[in-house]
Amino acid sequence: MTAQTLYDKLWNSHVVRQEADGTVLLYIDRHLVHEVTSPQAFEGLKLAGRPLWRVDSVVSTADHNTPTDHWDEGIKDPISRQQVETLDANIKAFGALAYFPFKDKGQGIVHVMGPEQGATLPGMTVVCGDSHTSTHGAFGALAHGIGTSEVEHVMATQTLVAKKSKNMLVRVDGKLPAGITGKDVALAIIGKIGTAGGTGYAIEFGGEAIRELSMEGRMSLCNMAIEAGARSGLVAVDQKTIDYVKGRPFAPKAEQWDAAVAYWNTLHSDEGAHFDAVVVLDAAEIRPQVTWGTSPEMVTDINGRVPDPAQESDPVKKGSIERALAYMGLQANTPISEIPVDVVFIGSCTNSRIEDLREAAAVAKGRSKATNVKQVLVVPGSGLVKAQAEAEGLDKVFVAAGFEWREPGCSMCLAMNADRLQPGERCASTSNRNFEGRQGQGGRTHLVSPAMAAAAAVAGHFVDIRTL
Amino acid sequence: MKAFTTLNGLVCPLDRANVDTDAIIPKQFLKSIKRSGFGPNLFDEWRYLDHGEPGMDNSQRPLNPDFVLNFPRYAGAQVLLARENFGCGSSREHAPWALEDQGFRVIIAPSFADIFFNNCFKNGLLPIVQPAEVVDQLFRECEAAEGYQLNVDLAAQTITTPSGQSFAFDITEHRKHCLLGGLDEIGLTLQHADEIKAFEAKRRAEQPWLFA
Repeated sequence: MTAQTLYDKLWNSHVVRQEADGTVLLYIDRHLVHEVTSPQAFEGLKLAGRPLWRVDSVVSTADHNTPTDHWDEGIKDPISRQQVETLDANIKAFGALAYFPFKDKGQGIVHVMGPEQGATLPGMTVVCGDSHTSTHGAFGALAHGIGTSEVEHVMATQTLVAKKSKNMLVRVDGKLPAGITGKDVALAIIGKIGTAGGTGYAIEFGGEAIRELSMEGRMSLCNMAIEAGARSGLVAVDQKTIDYVKGRPFAPKAEQWDAAVAYWNTLHSDEGAHFDAVVVLDAAEIRPQVTWGTSPEMVTDINGRVPDPAQESDPVKKGSIERALAYMGLQANTPISEIPVDVVFIGSCTNSRIEDLREAAAVAKGRSKATNVKQVLVVPGSGLVKAQAEAEGLDKVFVAAGFEWREPGCSMCLAMNADRLQPGERCASTSNRNFEGRQGQGGRTHLVSPAMAAAAAVAGHFVDIRTL
Repeated sequence: MKAFTTLNGLVCPLDRANVDTDAIIPKQFLKSIKRSGFGPNLFDEWRYLDHGEPGMDNSQRPLNPDFVLNFPRYAGAQVLLARENFGCGSSREHAPWALEDQGFRVIIAPSFADIFFNNCFKNGLLPIVQPAEVVDQLFRECEAAEGYQLNVDLAAQTITTPSGQSFAFDITEHRKHCLLGGLDEIGLTLQHADEIKAFEAKRRAEQPWLFA
């Protein structure tokens, strides 16, 4: 039998049927559902009189619209509240394996909640009406975002109409220097291949540096595969994956555990498997990353400078740099370390897990928010992450440093709730997108790791965490 | 879904790379639980001078005269000409809903983001990939001639310029079939319900831990 990539194995094991043009019906094991991209899908089912094909495949939570403070006051924005209540009603009417509504202790960002509940397992196909579903590929699961029509299609048929992507291997050789995280690796990769570099591919991340990453680090990395254009990111299963899954609420029970582990241990690319593209990075060369523009590929490291559009010969790229600098309020050639910040956001499906909060707290401990920084938000990814952080005393470290400790949710990553930047405000953010207006109209986003965000909060500008 | 066969449409050129779905339809409009009505908020932050929120009377809002969609010569455009990596970012289907609601039926670009590209086909919207040189040429021709239209023929898989020059484009048979007929994809898939059930039964036997 020919050598297969991890992606080939996952794809082949889920093909229900294939048409002559290569279009397949792909079976979906896990469907994660949140309030923003599901109402029209449920409405479609109702209009057509269709039930959920498989209720026990659905795991749901409310995350995008939920407030991160004053939970006793409920959701003040009536349109946000209606969307969350619509999800409550739809889950009640259609059913689900599990639902973590607003204020439930298991509630959280869907891509934090899934893995921590063991609802994401190796070898699964996982979909969600959310592009950051690529996160779950960290478990050796084939996971990607879908649109609302596809959400309805999966609800009604347990399948997706899909076409296979090409295989890309991104290998990060060697050991990462101290203080360099999965987030820095993700941004360095995007800086190298661009935001469309992975378009049409499923990316497997491999190499020593990836194997050394924790599950949290792998999730941050796979989360941002979509920012490199790839719908799915993947990391092979190893003992870390299995140890992470063990004992979680929806993990296989005792009598099935050994069989599951035996299967999961086959979930890696075979020796000699063919990749259509291979990209190699040297881990030792990756420094703390900071974006300067309005696309994640507009990135440099903490020792870098804002680029000069005069140096760019391609007219489309030159125009993009000029527009980005105007939007970001930056001058060409400014050293990154001299850019002051107004707001710091530590959270999002990229960086709101316990390890992320520990890294931020390690920097914040014994230090204080700089006087020019107006607000530092720390938003845990879920109620369970929040409880864990509080058990470790991290909340007290943040509060002592002048940071705000909030309730879980998507929060200022996309500013659908009340947490948002004001026009012109500059934010060091651990989220995944620095698009125009992403964190609030006119807001200016610089993407960084949790430690770099905390360091910017205490220094008042970007600073190299390795020298702090 | 609205069927797509042929179109003679006015072309609007949007000369920016990496146009993301946050720009196509900003997040505050995603709070709607409906599928329609997103057109007036398409490109909201570029199109208007004020900050838009759901429920506003968009006809009373100040338009940005420098944004191409507001140029009188492009009023009623059905073909959007765009640059590379159009539709990157979020999976929100509200982006194609907004484009379709505004009246667009075709988007031509050198490349599209995967999820957006896929979402278009579910909504009677035809995304067409053309080489960068062809897109450059179309931008030049469109900007030079007011009232510039393109003819798009899905069955023949061609785009034809006013001067009669034709360019072929690719599309999978499955997508072409669904678009030409305006077909309900769920209905089509459910014709294979027995195969799905058989696959599921086998999976349940082999990997019972995946089933509650």
